[in-house]
Amino acid sequence: MNFFSKLKNGLKKTRDNITKRIDNLLMSFGKIDEELFEELEEILITSDIGVDTSLKIIEEIKTRVKKEKITDAIQVKNILKEELLNIVGKEQPMLRLGTKPSVIVVLGVNGVGKTTSIGKICNLLKQQGKRVLVAAADTFRAAAIDQLEIWTKRAGVEIIKHTEGSDPSAVVYDAIAAAKARDFDVIVCDTAGRLHTKKNLMEELKKIFRIIKRELPDADIETLLVLDATTGQNAVSQAKSFTEASGVTGLVLTKLDGTAKGGVVVSIKSELGLPVKFMGVGEQIDDLQPFNPVEFVDALFA
Amino acid sequence: MLFEGLSGKLQEAMKKLRGKGRVTEKDVKEMMREIKLALLEADVNFKVVKDFIGKVSERAVGQEVLESLTPGQQVIKIVHEELINLMGSANSKVTFSSKPPTIYMMVGLQGSGKTTTSGKLANLLRKQGKKPLLVACDVYRPAAIKQLQVVGSQLGIEVFSMGDKTNPVDIAKAAVEYAKSRQYDLVIIDTAGRLHINEELMEELQNIKEAVRPQEILLVVDSMTGQDAVNVAESFNEKLGVDGIILTKLDGDTRGGAALSVKAVTGKPIKFIGMGEKLNDIEPFFPDRMASRILGMGDVLSLIEKAQEAFDEKKALELEKKMRTQQFTLEDFLEQMQQIKKMGPLNQLLAMIPGFNANVMKDIELDEKKMARVEAIIKSMTKEERNNPSIINGSRRKRIAAGSGTTVQEVNKLLKEFEEMKKMMKMMTEMGKRGKKGLKKFRMPF
Repeated sequence: MNFFSKLKNGLKKTRDNITKRIDNLLMSFGKIDEELFEELEEILITSDIGVDTSLKIIEEIKTRVKKEKITDAIQVKNILKEELLNIVGKEQPMLRLGTKPSVIVVLGVNGVGKTTSIGKICNLLKQQGKRVLVAAADTFRAAAIDQLEIWTKRAGVEIIKHTEGSDPSAVVYDAIAAAKARDFDVIVCDTAGRLHTKKNLMEELKKIFRIIKRELPDADIETLLVLDATTGQNAVSQAKSFTEASGVTGLVLTKLDGTAKGGVVVSIKSELGLPVKFMGVGEQIDDLQPFNPVEFVDALFA
Repeated sequence: MLFEGLSGKLQEAMKKLRGKGRVTEKDVKEMMREIKLALLEADVNFKVVKDFIGKVSERAVGQEVLESLTPGQQVIKIVHEELINLMGSANSKVTFSSKPPTIYMMVGLQGSGKTTTSGKLANLLRKQGKKPLLVACDVYRPAAIKQLQVVGSQLGIEVFSMGDKTNPVDIAKAAVEYAKSRQYDLVIIDTAGRLHINEELMEELQNIKEAVRPQEILLVVDSMTGQDAVNVAESFNEKLGVDGIILTKLDGDTRGGAALSVKAVTGKPIKFIGMGEKLNDIEPFFPDRMASRILGMGDVLSLIEKAQEAFDEKKALELEKKMRTQQFTLEDFLEQMQQIKKMGPLNQLLAMIPGFNANVMKDIELDEKKMARVEAIIKSMTKEERNNPSIINGSRRKRIAAGSGTTVQEVNKLLKEFEEMKKMMKMMTEMGKRGKKGLKKFRMPF
């Protein structure tokens, strides 16, 4: 299966859901009136895009319909697509991993799929011929280290681990030392799931970053925030807090193989400018795809 | 901040509706737009919001406005009440089967918190005298069995597992047999997380249900879930027949609209909420607190209501008299503090005050610890000392510090602050303020 069809497949539920409803809607209307816009607003909101962003998009569409003298309801769909794309961005965001070693830190609240995503990311990097070292810095959750170890075996990459309950910064420190000594290209750090409202845990995260910046002052650091596609508007709050604490550079949107639409990333991009870099569409090791905004929006409305 | 913006908007809308005797249709319409947005922003499902708004509008129009409220507040009060109604009665308990063992099955999406919640539930019910057995039926996720085993060993609760090569249905069956033979009266089955649209895995759950006939199937739902919560809850309920819901991760700042969505589509009670990562962070569910949280407007009304409930009228009068006559003692102070505690955790209480900044609340956690210390200090005093703090000399201070696990400095500080508080009370009563109003203005030493 090529990338596009796999992406489409993963997003099938999302697409079916949204587009079927939009098509039905437009079919039954044909005419552009206030009711049409209200229905469109509902569709955006039920995709978890959020009230503010949805209203903004609808306003923009209204303005354009007026200005461009559009009378056909079907055309409104194309405009909606364009507007969404304007927000999400047309460029495909890449990982910046120019230095050797460079670092990827993966963070997020509990249960979003950090460890699984790391397994998949390692697999991708390995396929690109990179030498990858994983730092098992989730020393808190029961059996998190075991879970990560299984994934690194599947991906065929190496792991640095301490025992459960040890200092996560120490694990990262050791991983950096090992990477320098043994010539690894990328260090991928797992971190414990933490709610962004827990002050102490966010401080712990800052400490990890202090260590990385001290030991590798010139390294490229990608800080990836993992978001569960089923999460609602709280994801915006998560993105804000994690960005404040650790300078998030991109998002990983997981669990898009369910019925959830993950629309909240549109809000996050609109409010914070954070791009999605990867999307998870299943439980297999190759079920992670680099995010392509054009194809993402296309797949939503194909 | 997004949330504060909404809260502000609601209050703006409320302000416009001041000083009328009856809630008019126009009032309601104006308010409902804002309430609709507030609920949507809190992740309540769109359809659920629509139904809800319809119902509330109907009830609100023509309502007489209570003396003490503005029409806007009256509408909010109705909204709040209806939210509570919709969310069901307080404190729905789990049930036990007449013939042990009682079997619970934990189900839900990946990452909703089933394994941790299984541990928490076992721990909670053990405190109530049950002998629980945890069963590891997640054979799919790497190290899931190990995770439950670690949780089990932290709690000292046995975990039944057969590795990840055995069919979960067979594991469940064998676990129940094992429980029977070892006199376990509670079996909690931790199943693998799965998507509600995964036919094969949903069938597996049906087969487990068929095989062990659980007393309750508990759906574990992440409180941060968005619009999709209805689809998930509906599917699990349709395919399995859910008996209760456990909401997790409510210790974050999510508004938790999923609670309302899930309740509305399944009609099943929310039985517990998860409030943290520690294995005793599980609490009963209170609809009124959840309603305030979802509404996100820091409901002043409910704060007042709560204060009224907690502060016994008679005791308040006594207190008022004592304050006027300068007989306020540490004993009274302790009582007052306990009444505040009855209103719920301090940060939740503060969350009810409109415009309260979430960032400020982060630091409140500390203060609750401080409050517990103050309580410990007072409780380490004799009755005589509490009624007459002036007799607390050096050696008494030392004893109190030792008894409460604090330091003499902390005891000194409390006594000093208590004296200051008394002085302030004196000033206030001299200023002729009524005691009851003044109550809220005390600066507590925590």
